[in-house]
This record gives sequence, C-alpha cells and structure tokens, in this order.
Amino acid sequence: MYKLWATISKDVRVLLRDKVGLICMFGMPILLVLIVTSIQNSTFELVGKNKVSLLVCNHDTGAVSRDFVQAVDHIGFFQLLPVSGGASDDSISGLIRHKDALLGMVIPADFSARIAAKAKSVTGKVQASFGLDSTGGGGLGPSPGGGLVSGDDTADMPVALYYHPILQASFRRSAEGALYSALQLVESKQILRTLYFSLNEKALPDSLERELLNNRTHLNEVPVSRDGARDLPNATEHNIPSWTIFAMFFVVLSLGSGIVREKRNGSFIRLKTLPTSYAVAILSKQLTYLVVTLAQAAVIFAIGAWIFPWIGLPVLRVPGDWAALFLVTLLCGWCAVSYAICIGVFARTEEQANGFGAVSIVILAAIGGLMVPSFAMPGSFHLAMTLSPLHWCLEAYYGLFLEGGRLKDVWANILPLFLIIAALQGLSFWGLKRKNLI
Amino acid sequence: MEMMNDPALRITDLSFRYPGQPPLFEGFGLEVPAGSRFGLFGPNGAGKTTLMQLMTGLLTASRGDIRMFGEPVIRGHRRVNRLFGFIPQDLAFYEELSPVENLTFFGAWSGLDRVTIRERTDELLTILGLADVRDKKVAQFSGGMKRRVNLAIGVIHRPRLIFLDEPTVGVDVQTRAAIVNYLKQLNSEGSTLIYTSHQLSEAEQLCDRVALIDQGRIVAQDALDNLLAAHRTEGLEGLFLQLTGKAYRDIDV
Repeated sequence: MYKLWATISKDVRVLLRDKVGLICMFGMPILLVLIVTSIQNSTFELVGKNKVSLLVCNHDTGAVSRDFVQAVDHIGFFQLLPVSGGASDDSISGLIRHKDALLGMVIPADFSARIAAKAKSVTGKVQASFGLDSTGGGGLGPSPGGGLVSGDDTADMPVALYYHPILQASFRRSAEGALYSALQLVESKQILRTLYFSLNEKALPDSLERELLNNRTHLNEVPVSRDGARDLPNATEHNIPSWTIFAMFFVVLSLGSGIVREKRNGSFIRLKTLPTSYAVAILSKQLTYLVVTLAQAAVIFAIGAWIFPWIGLPVLRVPGDWAALFLVTLLCGWCAVSYAICIGVFARTEEQANGFGAVSIVILAAIGGLMVPSFAMPGSFHLAMTLSPLHWCLEAYYGLFLEGGRLKDVWANILPLFLIIAALQGLSFWGLKRKNLI
Repeated sequence: MEMMNDPALRITDLSFRYPGQPPLFEGFGLEVPAGSRFGLFGPNGAGKTTLMQLMTGLLTASRGDIRMFGEPVIRGHRRVNRLFGFIPQDLAFYEELSPVENLTFFGAWSGLDRVTIRERTDELLTILGLADVRDKKVAQFSGGMKRRVNLAIGVIHRPRLIFLDEPTVGVDVQTRAAIVNYLKQLNSEGSTLIYTSHQLSEAEQLCDRVALIDQGRIVAQDALDNLLAAHRTEGLEGLFLQLTGKAYRDIDV
C-alpha cells in the first residue's frame, strides 16, 4: 500500500510541476467552453439582441411594400439597412461582397401592384365559388393596395434575395422562412381587404383587420423532461457536458505522453529491476488522473453555474441527482483515463501518443455527437457513433442535464461505457504483458 | 535456496542472441565471488551492456543459468530484485523531483518502509554531499550532482550486489574521487560490486578482480595483480590493448 501511496505522491508532484500540462488540462477546456457557449448562445439569441443585417432596396412606392418591410422588421430576426430605391442590383451585390451585410432584399417597382392583382384574382375565384357576381378572376380592376396589374402575372413573387456565400444553408433557410412568413402576412392582409371591399364596398375596419390578422395561435414549447420540472435547455446546458467530456479525454496529452516518456526515460530501466510490478505505476496513474478528470468537471460545472451568469451567459442548472452526476462523471473520467493509458502503452514515441491521441479524440468527438448533434448525422454513422466512448458519455450527461433524469434513467448509457472501459483496460493489460512490463 | 558459500553471481552455459543477429553469447560462463569488486571490461560491442542486462533480468537468455547468491535470475523475481541495486549509465530518476522525493519513491519501490527510507535518505544525502540541496529540483543540478543522486537511488536499499554501468561518466575529478571512495566503503560493508567502464585508471583504483570480454567471450579473468603479472604489463590499459587489439570496434550499422 505504501508503494502505491509513494507512486501517487510522485505522480501528483510531477503533474503539478508540469505547468504546460496543467494549462492543457484545465485552461484550454475552460477557454473552449467559454468561447463555444458564447458563440452558440449568440446564435440562440438571434431573435432578440443579435440581429442579422439585411439590406433592403425598395423600388416600389406602394403601401404593400411598406407593409412588407414593416412585417420583416417586426419579425425581429433582421436589422434592416435601407438602401436607396435608385440603387442597382449590382450595387446590392457589391455591398454584400464587401460584407456590409450578409443578406440583401430587392423589392421590385411593381411589387404592390402584383400583390394587389393576386389578391383580386383570389377574391374573384372565391366569389365565383360562392356563386356571387365577380368581375375578378383574370380581369383588371381597382385595388385598395394601389395600381392595376394583370392577375396572370402574380404566379411568381419577384422579390430577390441576395446572400453572401459564407452563409450556411441552414441559416439561409431560416432567413427565407422568416421572409416568406412576412410575405404571407402582407398577402393575406391584401386578400382580406380586397375580399371585404368586394363584399361590402367599403374598406375593412382597422379593428377587424387587427382581430383577423393578429389573433394567431401560438406554439407552446414544452421540453420533454423526465422529472417534468425542466424548462427549455439553454446554450450552456448544451455545451458544458460536451466540452467537459472533451477536456477529460484530452488528458491523453499529459497521461499518454507521460507513460511514453517514462518508458523511454532511464528511470524505466531502473523501475524494471526493482521488486515492484509496473502495474503499481499504471494503477497510480489511473487514480491520479481520475482525480484530475473529476477536478476538471468540478471546475467547468462551477464556472457554468457561478461565473457564466456574471458574464451574461445562461446559467448551468446542475441536475438534482448528485449521486448520478458523480457516478456519470466518474465513469466518463475513468473511460478517458483508460483511453489515455491504452495510447501510452502502445505508442512508441511522444509524438505518436500526442498526435494519435489528439486526432483520435477529435474524430471520436465528431462521430460521438459532440460537434454535430447525433440526430443530424447520416444513418451510416450510427454504428460508428455507438463505438465512440464520448457518445455514451454525452448521452449519459444529456440524460441528467437536459432531460432531468436520475440514475435509473441513464443506466442504458452507463452500461456501454462500462464495456468500453473494460475493453480498454483489457487491451492495455495485454499490451503491458506482451511488452513484459508486468 | 541461498547457500552460505554461493558466489554473488554465477553464469553457466549462457546463450543469447538478438533477433535476426548471430549469437552474442554461446556457452558463456562467469563467476563473481561475493565481496569482490569485479570489473567487467571490453571494447565497444563486446557485449558488456547485454551481459549486464542479462544479469539483472532485463533480458532473458535463450539457454543457460544465471544465479545471484544461489537464486535464479528471472524477470520479475522479487526476491532476486531485492538482492541487487542497478546504477545505469543513463540518469535514471525524475528530474522534476528533488533528491528526497526521488529517494522516497525509489525506496518504496525497493520495498523499504517509510521510516527506513527517511533514515537512509538522510544518511545518503550527507555522505554524497547533497544534504544542502535535498529539496531542490534535480533538473537544476550539475552533471556531477546528478550522478551522485543516481548512485544514491541505486543503493538506498543496501543491496548485496551492486551493478555499476559507467557510474562516473562525465563528472569532474572531485566527484569521481567521492564516488569511488563511497563504492569502496560499500564494498567494505559487505556489498559486491560489478563495475563496467571505459575509465581504466579509475577501474584500477576500484577493482580487485577483472574480466575482459570480447565478441561475447571472456579473454582473460583473474585478480587484477595476477593478470598484470601474467601478461607483463604495467596497467589495465596496456593489458586491454594487448588482449583486444588496437583496431577500431565500430558496430555494424
């Protein structure tokens, strides 16, 4: 027992004197959590504080286009940057190329007339279907919105949307959805006005218009949590578990290369001639680094719970089942340490341990759902995902942090972790035996 | 079972070869009397380091028998591992730690308890002139100080047999003299020394018996005085050149 204690004492001292290693194990993950959460939180808050700049070039002078611009502004997703109505399409493209804004919208001169014609066309069809007298359909007629235009010209909505190529497809779709929603609103309003006018030969009262258009049914978002007490998870709760696991597995840089360094160091020759099995050294490293991973988790969770709210980031709500949280953290740490030891046993040089260790963890994190949500992965990746220990760590943490689960709810994720740990330990034992180290 | 009159080390009919290479030792035999200061010399590539590794159990022979005080030398044989101390040519300790921390760790791995480690640490650091720097990181030490730490770790458990592979390489005259004196003191207290070095003048001061090996076989073995008299040479260097020749011994690469 004293041998183990002396070895742990040695490992702790060596670790504490390795300033770069400590920065890698604690400083880098904290920085990573801080940066990624801030970025993701600003994406979550796009509808609110952080808006996307949208150039608006309105060639139309009609009321409908003004209504449309107001509706776009009202959505809250965009910061509107008006551009002179006389600007050409090329000048809009130029502004976007110079990143004055990432999106630009050009409203054509006949926008109001087209909407009005479309409304009149729809109204005519409605009247015809009711068996009422109609001058509508494809004919020409007055419109409350403005000019006269043939209803046949309204099939395509000629609003042009310019975007910078750096905008990702998912982001573009969100912007398009928001603009379509605004278009839908002005079209509906116009149809309603036209229909009312054609039936009553007077303008739709404002109060009735507001009643008809604004009385929308809202979606009530209900997060499905196991304890029924969780409200919508925030960016912190999505990110802290992921990057905590990432940090734990990155002990490979210190532990894996430390084992290789020891094997190549002169002290290893001496250790092999002493009446103590190298298994004691491996056990000591496991215990020492297990404590390191627990400390990493404690520090990152504490920052999420107490420091993040101070700097304007969402607070981390720690799960109520502390025993489950400790057990999951312990298993995640043990898995990370087992992985690092396995790398250290088989690597021949520190470069191999560091290079393979770091790259393999990034790959395991990617296929494990830490970088892209697992539900968004292609089906062919699902088998690979189940082989990544980081995936099971993340699922267990999400079960506690996002779903409000307890220990019994995360057993299904803990068991595969056990199996992976057993496999890694077995592989390391075999490697040590094969190299006559134990 | 250890016998009272067993030699410190007896090698019988030893054969060994590295994979893919011709045999380095075939039917090799050697006996090191208990209590002797035994020097093992030979040109580069003669097999000294390999023999040292076979004697300490770091390598395993394909045939033959090695016994230390009557105990078979087998890798991981804890009783045998307690009998000897190994001072390798490479500095074999943790430079991030102090001498006290190194001695505590290696003392525990040598099977000593906490109290004995503390006593031996104080004793060794005083004898080897390291008491004033006992808590400083070894990384800050001079080459000579590091060599003394290397020696202290190898003898902390009072081994009956001490293997010394170039223990004074790269040190100044004062440190060399201190180390040689301490090794003689250990020998007078009952430890057997097996020593290898290219410092033949130092070897003459330290060793009472020598064996010259070349190409995996012993070319001469006896008490140093007897060998010098038999070959009519004045020093070990002359004897060495007479028996192993003057040609370079570069290893095949």
